Amino acid sequence: MIFWKLFYVFFKIGLFGFGGGYAMLALIQQDVVDEHQWVSSQEFTDIVAISQMTPGPIAINSATYVGFTAVHNAGYSQQMSVLGSVTATIAVCLPSLLLVLLISLSYAKFRSNRYIAAAFLGLRPATVGLIAAAALLLMNSENFIDYKSFIIFAAAFILTWKFNVHPILMILIAAALGLFIY
Amino acid sequence: MYWTLFLTFFKIGAFTIGGGYAMLPLIQREVVGRGWMNDDDFMDLFALTQSLPGAFAINISLFIGYKLKKTLGAIVCMLGSVLPSFLIILLIALFFTHATDNIWIEKAFKALRPATVALIAVPCLTTALKLKLRKSILIIPVVAALLIWQLGVSPIYVILISAFGGIIYDFWIKRR
Repeated sequence: MIFWKLFYVFFKIGLFGFGGGYAMLALIQQDVVDEHQWVSSQEFTDIVAISQMTPGPIAINSATYVGFTAVHNAGYSQQMSVLGSVTATIAVCLPSLLLVLLISLSYAKFRSNRYIAAAFLGLRPATVGLIAAAALLLMNSENFIDYKSFIIFAAAFILTWKFNVHPILMILIAAALGLFIY
Repeated sequence: MYWTLFLTFFKIGAFTIGGGYAMLPLIQREVVGRGWMNDDDFMDLFALTQSLPGAFAINISLFIGYKLKKTLGAIVCMLGSVLPSFLIILLIALFFTHATDNIWIEKAFKALRPATVALIAVPCLTTALKLKLRKSILIIPVVAALLIWQLGVSPIYVILISAFGGIIYDFWIKRR
């Protein structure tokens, strides 16, 4: 059943999503796009774009959006789709709630735990790889449709990296550009 | 008190664009400004939150809520942070399922998609530079990315292996 699957997938994403929103994208993508095919790679990119323009963490935004779309695409009514987004959003938050309650029992012990500090020696550099994988997975023919796509990518990369253009401004510029060149 | 907690986090959740870390200074100002916590406690909590999985903003809301009002406080603060994103995205999703065949939206998104990929590639580079990874360590992100991208390995395995790798390195290799 789709609601149970949604719950399971987003619970897993909440539980293993180390390293912030961008690192979590690879995780979300693998389950949601590749394995369950609830949304296409293109739709997923749109969700990321929308998440960057709207308030809130990317994990929550994508859970809400994918929950809705997955149920909608499976042919259910709009009310059921809303229920899908509720399910996915609760599921992605639940591991955090449980972990925080657990840690609060022995806050000091957790903070000075040597195993956790050691694990991050490996996790921190791996996070860079996770973000890279998220970007590489989206560099496909669905998102890069012609030579103009590559020019937009290069320009957006340089503008945000070298000239500190704000991501929201970058998104608005790209969207406006699209109206003229496509 | 519960209502104040809810409203505080709802306000922060509704007005910060740009992901969890953008919410940090606002949370700090509200929580420290209201005398719920001092700066040192807040920074401690921040450090702790970085070593947890999940959305950063949600985790820090939960901790603050728990510190102030135990389990119920944690749930109230979490709901406050989550609801604005949830409601806004839900509205967009409801609208968007009918608007996908709009020609102008499709034109805008055609150009938006490669730009979005660039917006993911930039934090990858800046995180790598910020961590000042040594050349010998660079193999970790390269292998991690290749495993996920080319071989379709689940990111969960990559996360588990790198965490165990860190423990093995610290406890057995570094000690010799």
